[in-house]
Amino acid sequence: MSEEILKFDSVEISFEEGPVVHDVSFSLHSGEILALVGESGSGKSTLIKSAMGLLNDNGLVTRGDIYYKATNLLELPEKEMRKIRGAEIGMIFQDAKSSLCPIRTIGSQIVESMNAHQKIPKAVAKEKALDLFAKIGFRDGEKLWKSYPFELSGGMNQRVGIAISMLMNPSILLADEPTSALDVAVQKQVIEEMLNLRELFGTAIIIVTHDISVAAAMADTVLVLKDGNMMEYGQANRVINNPEDEYTKHLMEAVPRLKRA
Amino acid sequence: MKDIITVNNLTKYFKAYGKADTAAVNNVSFTLHEGETLALVGESGSGKSTIARLLTGLIKATDGNIRIYDKDICKMKRNKALELYGQIQMVFQNPAESFNPRKTLGYGIGEPLRNRGYNSAAIANKVAELLEMCGLPAELAFKYPHQVSGGQCQRAAIARALAVEPKILICDEATSSLDVTVQKQIIELLDKLRKSKNLSIIFICHNLALVQQFCNRVVVLYDGQIVEQGTPDEIINNPQAEYTKLLVDSIL
Repeated sequence: MSEEILKFDSVEISFEEGPVVHDVSFSLHSGEILALVGESGSGKSTLIKSAMGLLNDNGLVTRGDIYYKATNLLELPEKEMRKIRGAEIGMIFQDAKSSLCPIRTIGSQIVESMNAHQKIPKAVAKEKALDLFAKIGFRDGEKLWKSYPFELSGGMNQRVGIAISMLMNPSILLADEPTSALDVAVQKQVIEEMLNLRELFGTAIIIVTHDISVAAAMADTVLVLKDGNMMEYGQANRVINNPEDEYTKHLMEAVPRLKRA
Repeated sequence: MKDIITVNNLTKYFKAYGKADTAAVNNVSFTLHEGETLALVGESGSGKSTIARLLTGLIKATDGNIRIYDKDICKMKRNKALELYGQIQMVFQNPAESFNPRKTLGYGIGEPLRNRGYNSAAIANKVAELLEMCGLPAELAFKYPHQVSGGQCQRAAIARALAVEPKILICDEATSSLDVTVQKQIIELLDKLRKSKNLSIIFICHNLALVQQFCNRVVVLYDGQIVEQGTPDEIINNPQAEYTKLLVDSIL
């Protein structure tokens, strides 16, 4: 398989009350889509936050290493980490509307986020952005550039959020429940968009979701978490249709599946 | 089968200053039969919750009528209607927020009984009975909403809804914020209660797969109007309306 770009090596993450994620190891290759699935409180979001160095003050990786290519992210000073965050590893969140500033246009926020990494004139930023918008099939990018987040639907906001993270052309996109707040028809659009991006740019994606069907629709590999423990990790097809672990079986049985005639 | 609720040409407009009125529910007609589970499905803003709020009298209809046991609640005096509303109870999406955070769950479950003038001994007995019926330990009555899990809290909300022994239960996205394993338990509980108490349930949901497992009939809403109704299998295997087709196609 292709190059390994992110590696979790027996990672343990602790908060004040003790460890919440125990001994998790996995690796992500370029162009791979990994789904982290599990129920609330299983440590899914904590895991991807740790890769971004975004655990808040009382959270800490207490054991293990996280490698991005050859760099150990845990040993990086904040100044260096800031170069990777956003530029090399992008992130999108569940509530797209609230991750954008409500009183500024999409365009000005794009300029800001691009300037955080490299000084470029506004016109160049705009050209790049409109170019990407066209590539991923947004109609009327010019109008979008001038829009405010509240003028867009929830699904459109999420797609804009994805587009903004992709502008820096990161090699990894971390997506924390990106479709959970969306209607099913819109959810499908967003999923297709992420798949499309992988085709276009070869971006590796880690998607955190509690929705097994989203994992089934997108992922190459699936990691099942329960109470911070890795229950099962393997090819998506195998884990979802043929789980070996007791908990995974229980989880898959609970998923309501549509029966079509 | 007897019709418990008959909704005819129900319409609700919301007024906003400087804007045209929005028709949240537009000329909707359907019936709920005794002992069945009827699903209302549709995307956000399609009017599902507005219908629930109209049925429970939380808001007033602009036009049309709702007949519960052959009595038109839209034309009834408020105090008359209140008696009838004892027959129809609601379970909400976010269980923790539907309880008073500063009172114990036992207090919350007993509240509808207190409002109806029961004494405290009778309330305590009834609460214990309700907890057992919903598969909860008795000591849960002394806990606060933040001390229990989301699934337990939702069971407590169901217990509260059943306190006044209603005939109709309206579940507004009652399982949407729960994990799938918990969701399955709640669905099984609702189904068990429906059979043992001969409840009729209106189940508002956006998950068609869940609806297929659990509901007898489905009403599909789009933009405040009913686009299609039928059994889950009819809707899923042979959708007629454009929107239903899109909805079924979008399911992963």
